[in-house]
Amino acid sequence: MTDTPLIQIENLNVEFPLGHTLFGKPPMLRAVNDVSLNIMPGQFFGLVGESGSGKTTLGRAILRAAPITSGKITFEDADVHYDVGSLLKKDLKNYRKLAQLIFQDPYAALSPRMTVRDIIAEPLEVMGLTKTREETDERVRDIAAKCRLNLEHLRRFPHAFSGGQRQRISIARTLVCNPDFVVADESVAALDVSIQADILNLLKSLQKELGLTYLFISHDLSVVAHICDHVAVMYLGSLVESAPTRDLFNNPRHPYTRALLSAIPSLDPDERGNVQKLEGEIPSPTNPPSGCKFRTRCPLAESRCSKEVPQWREMSEGHYVACHFSEK
Amino acid sequence: MSLLTVENLNLQFDTDEGRITAVDNVSFEINAGEVLGLVGESGSGKSVTAKSLMQLNPANAVYSSESSIKLKLEAEEVDVLSLKSSRELVIVRGGAISMIFQEPMASFAPAITIGSHMVEQLLIHTTMTKNTAAELSVEMLERVGINEAGKRFHQYAFELSGGMRQRAMIAMALSTKPKLLIADEPTTALDVTIQAQVLDLMKDLVSEFGMGILFITHDLGVIAQVADRVSVMYLGRIVESGPVRDVLRSPAHPYTQGLLKALPKLDALDQPLTPVEGDIPSPLERPPGCVFHTRCPEVIADRCNASVPTRTELGHGHSSSCFVLDTAGKPA
Amino acid sequence: MGIFSKTKPVENSQDLKESYFTASQGQLIRSRFKSNRTAMIAGWALTVMILIGLFAPFLSPYEPTMGGRDKSYENGPPQFPKFWDENGFSARPFLYTTERKRSIKTNFRWVLTENREKRRYLELWVDDWEYSFIDLNIDLPGTTFDFELKTLTFKKHLFGMDKGGIHLFGTEKSGKDIFSRTLHAIYTSLAVGTLGVLLSFVLALVIGGVAGYYGGWIDSILQMITDAIRTVPPIPLFMALAAFMPDEWSAETRFFFIATILGLIGWPTLARRIRTHLLSERSQEYVLAAELSGASASHVIRKHLLPSFTSYIIVDLMITFPYVVRSETALSFIGLGLTDPVNSLGSLMQNVSKADVLLNYQWYFIPVIFFIAFVLAFVFVGDGLRDASDPYSHTK
Repeated sequence: MTDTPLIQIENLNVEFPLGHTLFGKPPMLRAVNDVSLNIMPGQFFGLVGESGSGKTTLGRAILRAAPITSGKITFEDADVHYDVGSLLKKDLKNYRKLAQLIFQDPYAALSPRMTVRDIIAEPLEVMGLTKTREETDERVRDIAAKCRLNLEHLRRFPHAFSGGQRQRISIARTLVCNPDFVVADESVAALDVSIQADILNLLKSLQKELGLTYLFISHDLSVVAHICDHVAVMYLGSLVESAPTRDLFNNPRHPYTRALLSAIPSLDPDERGNVQKLEGEIPSPTNPPSGCKFRTRCPLAESRCSKEVPQWREMSEGHYVACHFSEK
Repeated sequence: MSLLTVENLNLQFDTDEGRITAVDNVSFEINAGEVLGLVGESGSGKSVTAKSLMQLNPANAVYSSESSIKLKLEAEEVDVLSLKSSRELVIVRGGAISMIFQEPMASFAPAITIGSHMVEQLLIHTTMTKNTAAELSVEMLERVGINEAGKRFHQYAFELSGGMRQRAMIAMALSTKPKLLIADEPTTALDVTIQAQVLDLMKDLVSEFGMGILFITHDLGVIAQVADRVSVMYLGRIVESGPVRDVLRSPAHPYTQGLLKALPKLDALDQPLTPVEGDIPSPLERPPGCVFHTRCPEVIADRCNASVPTRTELGHGHSSSCFVLDTAGKPA
Repeated sequence: MGIFSKTKPVENSQDLKESYFTASQGQLIRSRFKSNRTAMIAGWALTVMILIGLFAPFLSPYEPTMGGRDKSYENGPPQFPKFWDENGFSARPFLYTTERKRSIKTNFRWVLTENREKRRYLELWVDDWEYSFIDLNIDLPGTTFDFELKTLTFKKHLFGMDKGGIHLFGTEKSGKDIFSRTLHAIYTSLAVGTLGVLLSFVLALVIGGVAGYYGGWIDSILQMITDAIRTVPPIPLFMALAAFMPDEWSAETRFFFIATILGLIGWPTLARRIRTHLLSERSQEYVLAAELSGASASHVIRKHLLPSFTSYIIVDLMITFPYVVRSETALSFIGLGLTDPVNSLGSLMQNVSKADVLLNYQWYFIPVIFFIAFVLAFVFVGDGLRDASDPYSHTK
């Protein structure tokens, strides 16, 4: 593992217009607020948050499927160095080959009118990566076998498959062009529990086999805990904590992370009642609180929290927090 | 006698592709003040079972003659499946039985205020006047933890956040003081911190109102926190049933065991996730014999695919339907 | 896999399942459509009518114009060939000879009498009046665009009489055979409908397509134009145009003109539908997936968007067609469109509104039945297609 991050995000802001106005600028929604983080090659990087946290937007911004209002995203591997925000046509096309997305909804992500073989082959054909049909077929068969889809499956249409199988088709399509970096956006959220484990294991084995780096976006902390080696937590568009997995779960430093962890229903029926409950609702992203955005629900909030935005500081090796009380 | 007794519930749907069995010989009981969890994945038939209790299934649903759903009210016992006209059904729909759903946005009409919904419900099921109903509704909204209940009463569903909408739905469901509350995946669509709040609320309400709750979910963690007893469903059958501690700590059925092994647990980060082999069969292709045998790691050849296992009692109300138990006795 | 193989039943269900799994969208839609009885019946009826319309000259024993009128059988009731009467059985269908007389006894009205002794026989595959499938004679103002083209000329007809006339639906005042006129009218309606729908469709596709694909301000402007055209009231427009149409124009020219106008004011509804389909398909996740692979706009349109709404568009076209036919019929009926002597269902129906006809010559109504059947067939087929086209109604 080299020391250069594969993806380097510096002070990223992503804003969306709310509604249309004929003249002048409509009010903006800040979905991602001043986020800086590094993803190293080979990492299985987890990104957690609840609704309105901006995690999906961040993932899409890295892939240039969401507008970058300000800040910088850099992609660097052995061959290329890209400033993602300012990529032009030819480089953008190449970047698309290197950075891909697995969707959440296995039912909506596959075109109902194409056979599985065509769905998986599409990126190859669009990017012009293969010259003959035989070459395409071979590559399709190859990646399909890795995702446990056999030849019979390739001839069928998506309506013939269950949710778990469709997600495997989706994964095969994402990986057929051999990307370096894959964003998995809630890729197991729509699946049954017994299937989830299957897909998670598949993602892990493919990582080893193909040398991938993942950004795994999820709201499910337990899933992230099992499969990721590094986790970052977002709240209302900002990063609140980021650390190697064990570190984060054994020693959470941000009150939000602590609350998230304790909110997960435990499988032990006798562990009821000893949880740090969070009061109040998640504020609307269109009207975030001043200073530290978490202060409206934070048990440690003081007057300082409404005036000063907490700094993103490194507390221990690789463990960053944004909280005024993170020494505690 | 229990509040709700379901016996041999057998439900099939008449479709273009033929008769599909959705619920196969399901029996359970719920007592007042008790939370029964119904756990299952897609195709398990848990939602269909719940809807049967209020006869909310579509018209092509066919109940077998042995099916029986009996509800014990103060004055009488009601046989739910024999109710025919909508006037008779009013008593189970919102009156003695109330239901809350997964997607609160879909349960409130977008153009009617929350308050109007609640008042309408009360006017149908009770003899209150409009004003009394309005007062009671505001009280209920406060009881479920909604601030500024008076203001919220006049608001529309889209003006409330997800968690608040769910609370409003709970308030609406409880305003008629039902004997039985059916909760169909009520927290699945909520963020985990909000889910924790809503689950707490429900537990408080159970102890205050003394009603029975049928809590349907796919999340075993939620069951552990909320339920007293749990039944595990797979493809329309109950495979295991019992007090929640017994079922979660010593699961007897291979499916329950598989589910628990497949779950990521925070206190066992080193353990690999082991999925349950195979895929859930489509309802058109129900396996013969034991419905789980196609994916069971402990399948006994020629036995599990030939006949349907009957319920084996394991003590303390814990039961399981599996042949593996018979031969090996109680699992370790 | 012989007939004696015991495993055949299992194979069959496996094959069935496999064929379901490998069935494309089109095949699935077709099989769903086939299982819809009403739609299938309507589909057959429609096919039959279209064939009748296309082969109208072949099927009609008489020219539907003044040249083909039967002077001796004006305003005559329908005649059905018989096989059997008191004089005996005949393998060839026959009709009685009729004679027309008028005298003071009949109040100077023409009265038809049958002569049951004299039979006339039906003949199949006769040679009669000449017709061409392609007979263009474009005569626009000026001489630069005029040309004539006449090919595919035949003389064969399906049936005719050895002498005298056969009028299956009777005749009208000037002796023109209603049967022939009806068949030709179906052809006219089909032609006007096709032309009008085609024109509407092309315009709607371009305008709706651009609006739906690009969205934003392009969409807003195009929407404004679409709505503006939508608000034009058709009847006053047609009255103005009818007054404008010079009398020298031949039937064909009038026909093209009417069809063009119908097309030009019919596109807004279709455009709006196309735009809506496109806007919703645009945001589908699989489209985004293709874009994230670097697919160009034309690839996305060709491979994802167009196929996705082809089935919707076919349904829309099916449903628009009867509207165009109805509009043309309505206009012709009130005298603003294709008037007598042009054969159009509307002009045929024009004759129906007189009291004389209602009392005495009820067979003039027969074209009305055809018109109703025609429109209903389209509607049922369109409905059936729409029901069959939902890709995810069974699965998920």
